[in-house]
Amino acid sequence: MSQTVPIRLYVNGDRHDIEIEPRRTLADALRDDCGLTGTHLGCEHGVCGACTILVDGKPVRACLMFAVQAEGTSIRTVEGLAPDDQQLHPVQRAFWEKHGLQCGFCTPGFLMLVAGQLEEKPDTDEEEMRDVLSSNLCRCTGYQNILKASMAAAEEMSG
Amino acid sequence: MTAVVPPSWTGRSLPRVEDPSILRGHGRYVADVAARDRCWYAKFVRSSIAAGRIVGITAPPGVRIYTAADLDGVGEIVASLARPDFVTTRQPILARDVVRFVGEPVAMVLAETEAEAEDALERVVVEIEPLPAVLSVADATADQARLVHDVDFPGDPNTVVDGRIHTPGFDEVFAAAAHRVSVQVGSARQSAMPLEARASHAAYDPATGRTTLHVTTQMPHVIRTGLADVLGIREDDLRVIAPDVGGGFGAKMALAREDVMVVHAARRLRRNIAWIETREENFMAAWHSREQVYDVEGAFTEDGDLLAVRADLRCDVGAYSCYPVTYGVEPLMAMAELTGPYAVREYSVRSRAVLSNKCPIAPYRGVSRPVQVLAMERLMDVAARRLDIDPVELRMRNLVHEFPHRIPSGLVLDNASHRQTLAAAADLADVADFRRRQRTARDEGRLLGIGFSSFAERTGYGTPAFAARSAPFELKPNAVADVITPGFERVVLAMDSSAGVTVRIGASPHGQGLRTALAQVISDELGVAPDEVRVIHSDTDATPYGWGSFASRAMVMAGGASLLAARELAGRLRTLASSRLGGLPGDIDLSDGEARHRETGESVPFFVLARDTYHSSHLIPDKGEPALEATATYDPSGTFANACHVAEVEVDPATGAVAVTRFLVAEDAGRLVNPAIVDGQIQGGVVQGIANALFEELIYDDRGVLVTTSLMDYLPPTLHEVPDIEIAHLETTSPQSVTGAKGVGEGGTIGAPAAIANAVSDALAHLGIDVNHLPATPHRLRTAIRSAQAAQAADISDRETAS
Ligand code: FES
Ligand code: FES
Repeated sequence: MSQTVPIRLYVNGDRHDIEIEPRRTLADALRDDCGLTGTHLGCEHGVCGACTILVDGKPVRACLMFAVQAEGTSIRTVEGLAPDDQQLHPVQRAFWEKHGLQCGFCTPGFLMLVAGQLEEKPDTDEEEMRDVLSSNLCRCTGYQNILKASMAAAEEMSG
Repeated sequence: MTAVVPPSWTGRSLPRVEDPSILRGHGRYVADVAARDRCWYAKFVRSSIAAGRIVGITAPPGVRIYTAADLDGVGEIVASLARPDFVTTRQPILARDVVRFVGEPVAMVLAETEAEAEDALERVVVEIEPLPAVLSVADATADQARLVHDVDFPGDPNTVVDGRIHTPGFDEVFAAAAHRVSVQVGSARQSAMPLEARASHAAYDPATGRTTLHVTTQMPHVIRTGLADVLGIREDDLRVIAPDVGGGFGAKMALAREDVMVVHAARRLRRNIAWIETREENFMAAWHSREQVYDVEGAFTEDGDLLAVRADLRCDVGAYSCYPVTYGVEPLMAMAELTGPYAVREYSVRSRAVLSNKCPIAPYRGVSRPVQVLAMERLMDVAARRLDIDPVELRMRNLVHEFPHRIPSGLVLDNASHRQTLAAAADLADVADFRRRQRTARDEGRLLGIGFSSFAERTGYGTPAFAARSAPFELKPNAVADVITPGFERVVLAMDSSAGVTVRIGASPHGQGLRTALAQVISDELGVAPDEVRVIHSDTDATPYGWGSFASRAMVMAGGASLLAARELAGRLRTLASSRLGGLPGDIDLSDGEARHRETGESVPFFVLARDTYHSSHLIPDKGEPALEATATYDPSGTFANACHVAEVEVDPATGAVAVTRFLVAEDAGRLVNPAIVDGQIQGGVVQGIANALFEELIYDDRGVLVTTSLMDYLPPTLHEVPDIEIAHLETTSPQSVTGAKGVGEGGTIGAPAAIANAVSDALAHLGIDVNHLPATPHRLRTAIRSAQAAQAADISDRETAS
């Protein structure tokens, strides 16, 4: 058994005191130790973006960060995106309305990517949005509706 | 009373019922099941050698390891067809004595956490004595070729399928034709690469002795059959669940050796065991496809009528036969469907599957059709140039336009709109305008090109379609057929005593929105809203046997079965209602959750009819079963969707990079149950086709080691590489599909590579470059452009010297 260290993570406003090996990635800590399996792992080498979350408001690949590095930060995952059980975040709603997902495996990563972008810059134009969206991979949708959904969310959030 | 015409739910782009849970992060994929469980983790020691003899496997004490020696009672995976040319080989669960490809599982280790399992993996030493690896069709079929499997090959060495068709009139027509045009096309090996790699989680229940397997599969029932057969247990000892599945594209419809191990270990150790595949393993060992080379020759009249096609089709199928569809899947589909939508009279074809020391193949979206269409559509463009006929005109001449039409392989094309989709696409494309833009761009040194691709997408393969792959065989009186013939879909539709509607389906969706689409079909028949229809799927304990979701079949097959069941249930509701309201069942309309007498306007809620049925069954009129339930099976021979794709590209002569600047699809998938879902399938399919055409390639080195094992080497496109995709729909229905829907899952991927190859060839026509082998990577194009330019320069200087 390798040595573990205690760390404290703040995720979606909740405090998680967990014991982990220092080599544990933030993605694994969220999934296995905090029970937040909405963050997906598609490659574990930083390319696909399925594991994208927000750390202090900035999109981060959770598979490329050690959990110990996230101490003291404020983390947001897909589970924390909707304000409550009744409503969806504008980005979630736009993905639903514009058919922006198929198998849904990439979806949490895209949602966090777009939510992070639009919360920082609600008036993101299409060209910049294309750049942003090009950081993640989707194997199902061909991206067409992901772009449409993201622009619809931009319109709502900037409007 | 005027009859109230109920609104049709079918045909509307309803948002999917699947989405809210996924959007909230509540999707349940296999790894999520494992993350919530204190299970042990399995990891696989894999061969790093393409071909060799296992000399020793050692692990330090403390490492829990399984090798082939620990598999007493476990059988092998055998996937076979009843054909005289078919050679059966066997796939052991862990390599025994020999290894046959890099990535082949040799041993399994178990540990309490995934990280510890990874540590254990590193401590296992496998010693393998290398043998010469067979890495190409040419090597594999040479006279003294080393055999990948030590079995008898009646024909050429390593040739496991060798299909032939030769129509009686071929020789004469072919010899007499005015023009013979030949092309060789090919595709690199590719990976379906679902974003979720493979994964399984087996939970042993000591109370019942049963094991529940969560596995990321497209066909849970069939996988259960395969597992039970290999493990020598009864199917009811196993429950197989495909929870949310993160994409399949064919790569999740084959029985995985790793899954057999996970179930075996869970049963032996009476513990929960999970295996989560890494992306690297997925590239090495989770099925490849598309490594095919086709030589195709067309015989044309002076006017451009394509009379006859001769073809030699070769598929490198890797080291093993995938269960259940076998390694015949690529060559046999190609042999049957090559001539596609063209009215070819005579046909002579040889189609082979050849073994190699590479990862085995399995279906990948479109199977061999992307290469078939590449062959026929390159043939059309090359012939158009040779015969000096406009390429659209040449296609138009030859497309089948009277239905049904029997093609030389024996398949029957049902109602379709080949000419109309081509016309629609040509209209949208405005070729004259493009040619103007192309000339202007050329003056600026920019290379634009346009390419067409017309094709038929066979969909909804039922049992008759799969049975045709085998020679007719007799069932032995007391033994099972050793051939698996997929096909039918079955559903059980029920209204419970609270009038809730549930349909249990044998198909198993993984992102196609089937729950939404089936609910739309059923709700129209029953007169309820789609969100009142619950669709239960992907659990062998809860659903009838079915073959799953693959080959663009779910909407045709499960949709057809759902429609038939819904009609039957609706009939029963009408009977019950007429006994309450008077009149005949035919006088009753069903809508808004109630049955209404068309003349009197009197109505009774379904809730009352349901309560009658279950709770006052002694009173129900026909003394039928005290249940509102209908079971239906649908098993047509298959239908054909059709489409025409048009690509515009710009090639950068300096780098060889291709930008797809415009992409058009004129699609006829029959009746659109949910247009948004259909468009989503087309868009996703086209992007995979663009990927296949320009980017994706699995590369083995000359020792048979796969070098493209990460997403930094294998390059699925991002949004940057993808244009807007414009789609136009035609809706030709066919008697081969009761819903009118024809299936659309693969068309995008089938047609796009050919359209792009034609477009890039058009852009480079002035250099005499034909793009026939995909992917057309920057390196390949740049090399071709340079050597063409050098040749032209040499030509010019030759001529100057001569003058
Ligand atoms: S899983 Fe983190 S980028 Fe792919
Ligand atoms: S929806 Fe399947 S990977 Fe994006």
